[in-house]
Amino acid sequence: MSQANYLDGNAAAGALSEVFAVDLTTAVGQCNGCGQTAVFAEARVYVDAPGMVARCNGCESVLLRVVTTPHDTYLDLRGLTYLRVPNS
Amino acid sequence: MERTALRRRLMWQVATVADVRRETDTARTIVLDVPDWPGHLAGQHLDVRLTAEDGYRASRSYSIASAWPGSDTGSTIELTVEQVPDGEVSPYLVDVLKVGDPLEIRGPVGGWFVWTPDQDGPVQLIGGGSGVVPLRAMLRAHAAAGSTTPVRLLYSVRRPESVIYVSDLKELATSDDVDVRLVYTREAPAGEPRVGRIDADVIERHAFGPEAGATTYVCGPTPFVETVADLLVAAGHDPAHVRTERFG
Ligand SMILES: Cc1cc2nc3c(=O)[nH]c(=O)nc-3n(C[C@H](O)[C@H](O)[C@H](O)COP(=O)(O)OP(=O)(O)OC[C@H]3O[C@@H](n4cnc5c(N)ncnc54)[C@H](O)[C@@H]3O)c2cc1C
Ligand SMILES: [Zn+2]
Repeated sequence: MSQANYLDGNAAAGALSEVFAVDLTTAVGQCNGCGQTAVFAEARVYVDAPGMVARCNGCESVLLRVVTTPHDTYLDLRGLTYLRVPNS
Repeated sequence: MERTALRRRLMWQVATVADVRRETDTARTIVLDVPDWPGHLAGQHLDVRLTAEDGYRASRSYSIASAWPGSDTGSTIELTVEQVPDGEVSPYLVDVLKVGDPLEIRGPVGGWFVWTPDQDGPVQLIGGGSGVVPLRAMLRAHAAAGSTTPVRLLYSVRRPESVIYVSDLKELATSDDVDVRLVYTREAPAGEPRVGRIDADVIERHAFGPEAGATTYVCGPTPFVETVADLLVAAGHDPAHVRTERFG
């Protein structure tokens, strides 16, 4: 998929909903690369089956990766310093 | 309802096609019966998964076109799919899937690109092509709630025949609180002299100005969303009040 063809964090909502009971697209995340904080929905999501990569819209570094296999879902969150999710 | 719509882990489930409706030559609305649907917010979407006989699977996201609870749809939900030439999933949904067929779905998901009637301030909706789908859910939610919040829809289409929800939009536009404006990029109907894309001039004339304090929702193909979001920011709109959803 070309650089111009990225989606946004909304497109990852379904895959993340299999792992998290809260909606992560409204969570605020901090990028480990540049320190920018943003709502996850504003990340750039590249869909490249079977995986999905979300990149910071400020510095393009990888925030998280989701890979689904027939048996499991792998989550790699290395690019996030934190994710802030409201309690209620 | 909001809690259940957002707070649970979701797995794939099987919905049944209850009805189908042609919208244009290339788009159709699919009415789905989903067991135990928890409700959804206007603007949310779901994922659809197709499995081939050899086990190959493809999944794609589709916005929910109806409001919940929908006076118009009872206990069902609606999707509207625009056929992408040579696409893997959309031609099947538009041309092959029929009433009574099962369809695997996962949803509702996405809590950011949503509008709720208790939200403050005017609402600016800007859609390109099938990007009008979640915006239509917002318009229906606005009508269902009897909301008097001012709403404006700017809808970019190629030509008059490409307009999805023609009669629906006409009906919604009779409300004093709702303003619907179509922008034709290739061919306009008689009496509409302007043919061209949404530009700074269109935004200035037909969208709420930055001072109105509107929340703006922009949805459509990625290049469309980029262009419109840039135009809005250049016109002085606060990026924090511009929400986008890219369809690819
Ligand atoms: C959150 C979200 C909500 C969506 N909601 C809707 C909706 O309500 N209705 C709807 O019709 N679509 C919607 N889409 C787009 C949808 O998910 C698919 O991308 C689209 O149906 C094409 O899938 P396909 O398998 O037919 O084509 P693919 O096999 O994926 O693609 C075929 C070719 O078409 C191009 N292409 C892919 N998508 C588009 C597009 N949208 N416009 C133009 N060219 C494209 C690709 O670059 C490729 O070259 C949504 C996408 C997202 C991320
Ligand atoms: Zn960054």
